Amino acid sequence: MRISKSAKVVLASITSLILTVIYLPLLIVFLNSFNSSVNMDWPPSSFTLIWWQKAFSSTGLIDALSTSLLVAACSTIVALVLGTLLAMALSRYKFYGKNSVSLMIILPIALPGIVTGIALNNAFRTMLGFQLGLATVILAHATFCIVTVYNNALARLNRMGKNMEEASADLGAGIFTTFRLVTLPQLVSALVAGGLLAFGLSFDEIIVTTFTAGGGVQTLPIWILDNMFRPGKAPIVNVVAVFMVIVSIIPIYFAQKLTSKETKN
Amino acid sequence: MRISATVKLLAVGSVALLALSGCSSSSSTNTTKLQSLGTNEKTVSLLGWPGYAEDGSNDPNTDWVTPFETATGCQVTFKPYGTSDEAISLFKTGDYDAIAASGDATLRLIASGDVQPLNTDLIPNYAGVYDFLKNRDWNTVNGLTYGVPHGYGANLLMYNTDVVKPAPTSWNVVFDSASKYKGKVTAYDSPIYIADAALYLMKHNPELNITNPYALDETQLAAAVTLLKAQRQNVGEYWSDYLKSIQSFTTGNTVVGTTWQVIKNSLPATAHTKAILPSEGATGWSDSWMVASKAKSPNCAYAWLNYIDSPQANAAATEYFGEAPATADACKYASKDFCATYNAGDLNFEKQIWYWTTPVANCLDGRTDVKCTDYAAWTKAWQDIKG
Amino acid sequence: MALNSGAKVGSEEIRPTFAHRISTVLYSKPKLRLRLLLSAPVIWLGLVYIAALLALLITAFYTVDSFTGNLQPGFALTNFISLFTDSLYSAVTLRTIGIAVGVTIIDVLLALPIAFFMAKIASPKLRGVLVISILMPLWASYLVKAYAWRSVLSNVGIFAWLLRPIGLDTPGYSLSGAGITLGYLWLPYVILPIYSSLEKVPNNLLEASSDLGSKTWGTIRRIVFPLILPGIVAGSIFSFSLTLGDYITINIVGGANQMLGNLVYTNVGVANNLPMAAAIALVPVIIMFGYLTAVRKTGALDNL
Repeated sequence: MRISKSAKVVLASITSLILTVIYLPLLIVFLNSFNSSVNMDWPPSSFTLIWWQKAFSSTGLIDALSTSLLVAACSTIVALVLGTLLAMALSRYKFYGKNSVSLMIILPIALPGIVTGIALNNAFRTMLGFQLGLATVILAHATFCIVTVYNNALARLNRMGKNMEEASADLGAGIFTTFRLVTLPQLVSALVAGGLLAFGLSFDEIIVTTFTAGGGVQTLPIWILDNMFRPGKAPIVNVVAVFMVIVSIIPIYFAQKLTSKETKN
Repeated sequence: MRISATVKLLAVGSVALLALSGCSSSSSTNTTKLQSLGTNEKTVSLLGWPGYAEDGSNDPNTDWVTPFETATGCQVTFKPYGTSDEAISLFKTGDYDAIAASGDATLRLIASGDVQPLNTDLIPNYAGVYDFLKNRDWNTVNGLTYGVPHGYGANLLMYNTDVVKPAPTSWNVVFDSASKYKGKVTAYDSPIYIADAALYLMKHNPELNITNPYALDETQLAAAVTLLKAQRQNVGEYWSDYLKSIQSFTTGNTVVGTTWQVIKNSLPATAHTKAILPSEGATGWSDSWMVASKAKSPNCAYAWLNYIDSPQANAAATEYFGEAPATADACKYASKDFCATYNAGDLNFEKQIWYWTTPVANCLDGRTDVKCTDYAAWTKAWQDIKG
Repeated sequence: MALNSGAKVGSEEIRPTFAHRISTVLYSKPKLRLRLLLSAPVIWLGLVYIAALLALLITAFYTVDSFTGNLQPGFALTNFISLFTDSLYSAVTLRTIGIAVGVTIIDVLLALPIAFFMAKIASPKLRGVLVISILMPLWASYLVKAYAWRSVLSNVGIFAWLLRPIGLDTPGYSLSGAGITLGYLWLPYVILPIYSSLEKVPNNLLEASSDLGSKTWGTIRRIVFPLILPGIVAGSIFSFSLTLGDYITINIVGGANQMLGNLVYTNVGVANNLPMAAAIALVPVIIMFGYLTAVRKTGALDNL
């Protein structure tokens, strides 16, 4: 299929139009982070740095940010372990109930967050007798993060095939050694991509978090919501958003670099 | 107070805890109060609405907790909650010494024996609290005081002076003649808003015999629902958080509806709005600080109750939140026009407020020949109204 | 690489360690290996998540004692009877499905050209930049973006400013406003799976097809579309399910309207009626199960 020049131009302009629309609200967020009006009146009549200053001196914000990073990191780690195990099992073995297992992995992300939220809330408290807290949020987040790791790892394992692993075994390597030296190195970039998506999902999640965190745990999205209800605090949340977008470039860039390096190889 | 849909998000972790573990309804009301205070413990654990105990962690300049800690030696831990339901379930864990509760939670906490009656002689600053906030339905049972007031406020009528003409004096503008501003009317997004309609009917439809907007039998509720369903046709959006309300009055998406004084104050002058107390009166709220029956630090809890009603602290806390203070002396420490703006201590104003109280089956207006509709019925009705 | 690691493997395997012995046992017992691989994740998902869902299903048959607020276990159909007979629930369900379908269609239509451009036209360098630009907005909080749309859609916002001169107007805070905002929020989740499935379509397959005389559109319809269908379906699962359960965006930009999520939320959070909330929550569960079953054959479930 040769794509005609005009088709290319049309597609390029659609792409840039969509990107413009994607970034337009973010531009508003950016400008609002300097908006001197506490209600983010639009268009801004004057600009100020006070929200940035306030954001960096707010220990509540810094605590919420570290809680969110902790939750996202822990649930990503759990998801990495469980997702990899599942991908290994489903790519390398045939067994009864395989379809049910794969459906089970997808459910937490395919069902609306409010369903997952109230189901887990009910289960944690009444079936398991847990006190809602940081641990229950991590459990809940890991549950819906497994699928992103699993799918990335599964695709990679299927593409890799079994040859290399079999060769390693033929050369006398045990299964742990084979995993460590043969399977894992090839999986890394898939795991990074899956893990990054899992981290992002967890970091911005609010609905499931609301139902599993109780009153004590303040993740960043919950802190943001809380600040919408404090007098004259709303513009700080714009600072947080701008800051997060800028900071997110770093992990995304490295993940991207890692993946593209592999595609070249 | 503020049973707002979005604030609730902060919270819901709790939701059914009340139903499952909390409601051992058989437990009896606690009627023994402390006779004397001892030395302060080292810590005190508080539960309240966001913004009720600020320690400077959100804004270094907003801090009335640290001076308390320095003065009393009681180290404060504060947990904010999002809904009254969440507050109750958190409080029942026994981890808290004191709670700031709204009128829809206080009676439940008193009935279940989770809070103790207060010996107000041990709270010197209680003397300074406005008399009209003392011994009310939501803080006093059988002559025993269970809570000291934090502050109070009314749900006012706000309108855009450029659009809404002539200037309204009645809630009529959001009910019977709301169609004039179709799509630009707003209302508070909570079942408790049904009381606003009931208050309107109380004044305009005497044949319904409504004497308390929180005590509605089936027929009275049905009348309120009909009124609100008609209003729904003209509502542009319901509001629950005040940023949303402020923004839509600023942009002109909304021109008339209920509001809080703090919202009116936050609006830029360019928005041309005015907030009034209409002729029918208005609904409102008053929150109370209460002490747990099994408080681990009762002395520190009493110290906090006394502190929050001290003029300086009460001024700081209520001005930060945007509500009238509970004590007259707070006005001396607040900004210049604060008390006038919020009509603090204005008896004429206060008399017209129907403070939020949870509707229960045993009619709050004393009727015994009929069952009243409870909050669950109001919630279902509210969903039907929104459709 | 294969040779390298192979050599290393050989040298390390000489010492018989404890791990080595386990490894030997496991090597000879593939079933045991499978069980060990599966046990942790299946316990996690099955005993925590699936059990939680089943418990929720059972709770839907309970009732709440209106006096004490306690749950009354039992087998009452009252919640389901009101779910089916009360016109409130059917109206809200239809409205919610309508928005979810609309959002999904718009997102897929927008995602296709941009994903195609990224995968097949853009240079590798530009492709990297584009992937980053699609991913980055995901890090600006969902709430912050929804509030930004509140500003865009307002009476004096950018939409009104752009559209009024050409005789149109902003949709304002309404169902369409909510639809636009939700479509915006979920767009990256739809672009990414479509992009990755397009990336897997080999270029030479397209060229071969056109060498055999297929027109561009014919190639797209007969060769490309079947190959990327799983990606499209995977993306649609995201946008459909995320819209189905939303109750925050509709509050911020949806005017006076409510969706299924709001009903569930109010029953749990305000009315303290978990059984009714559970019964309502089963509606999106059933819809999603139906959808998943229907699309299962496409292989989309491996593309999420």
